[in-house]
Amino acid sequence: MAALGSPLRTWRGLLRELRYLNAATGRPYRHTAAYRYLVKAFRAHRVTSEKLCRAQHELHFHAATYLCLLRSIREHVALHQEFHGKGERSVEESAGLVGLKLPQQSGGKGWEP
Amino acid sequence: MWRSCLRLRGGGRHLLNCPRGGLTASEGPGPKPPAHARAYAPPAERKRFYQNVSITQGEAGFEINLDHRKLRTPQAKLFTVPSEALAVAVATEWDSQQDTIKTYTMHLTTLCNTSLDNPTQRDKDQLIWAAAKFLDTDAVCCRVEEPETLVELQRSEWDPVIGWAEKRYGVKIGSSTSIMGPSIPARTREVLVSHLASYNTWALQGIEFVVSQLKSMVLTLGLIDLHLTVEQAVLLSRLEEAFQIQKWGNVEWAHDYELQDLRARTAAGALFVHLCSESSAVKHKLLQG
Repeated sequence: MAALGSPLRTWRGLLRELRYLNAATGRPYRHTAAYRYLVKAFRAHRVTSEKLCRAQHELHFHAATYLCLLRSIREHVALHQEFHGKGERSVEESAGLVGLKLPQQSGGKGWEP
Repeated sequence: MWRSCLRLRGGGRHLLNCPRGGLTASEGPGPKPPAHARAYAPPAERKRFYQNVSITQGEAGFEINLDHRKLRTPQAKLFTVPSEALAVAVATEWDSQQDTIKTYTMHLTTLCNTSLDNPTQRDKDQLIWAAAKFLDTDAVCCRVEEPETLVELQRSEWDPVIGWAEKRYGVKIGSSTSIMGPSIPARTREVLVSHLASYNTWALQGIEFVVSQLKSMVLTLGLIDLHLTVEQAVLLSRLEEAFQIQKWGNVEWAHDYELQDLRARTAAGALFVHLCSESSAVKHKLLQG
């Protein structure tokens, strides 16, 4: 039932996630410790040609888990920013939602200075 | 039919029936509280105060450095992890913070802090007991009686996982529609508790975390035995919710938000367990087959 997909797809996904993470800092993702570690790990397990190599499957599984982690964090933060990150609307905005405008009272309300 | 659920993630937007523009329109940048404010603004977060994140190796393990300062846990202990891969992942988490530090996205750091500080002061047995407690109300064992389509769905998706777990550990688990939940035989509990005891304390923190997120011991076992991927385990844990979404529509700001959060936490927990136990315990399990 382990529908992992191909290692190449996981690898590409990981590179994409690392690229997104490092896009803001401006530093190329190839210089990050995460990239170096992943390259080393993937290379080390590529040598065996045996299809049922357990270590290879394990590495691929952990890589897919890490990819899921990075991807879901990114999407969660994006959803948070879009829907939950803006605080409450002001009274003017709330009125504007239903097409009303607050009255402009030149004398101000009674209690205002 | 339900395998395609995994691909619905992005394409499920067509199920959304509330207009996106109307409800979330806001006039400008986030509201600043006016003088006689009743508006609520989200609390300010800590700004990112470091430029570089690096890893060094100390006597107790790997440490994380933010610029020149060593990272510490909330209880001011030195932050050390036993495995290099975990240190790299934690460093990546800290490095990926932009402008503000969002601690709610740093699940691996949180798990490491919990393991180092042990704020609830639980020892290994208490962690195992806390995790095994979920077996009595395991999500995949508690079934509904109607509607018929949901009953069938639960049978076709959850029965194979239970069957796998029963075969893998040589125990009987079964499922039940009664309100008391499934009746787990004592031998099953013993076998699973002794299996959990073979993991070290750090890995157990991770396991207990995943069990409490997925609300299922069986799914957690599937995850740590590399039988289920994170997406599959989360889908199985949220099976009824996915069923209702399929029927009534997806609400992005609630359903997707929770789905991504659950996936992130489960993936972090699963990865934490793997990285903390890869040196000794997991290899033994592989040899036993």
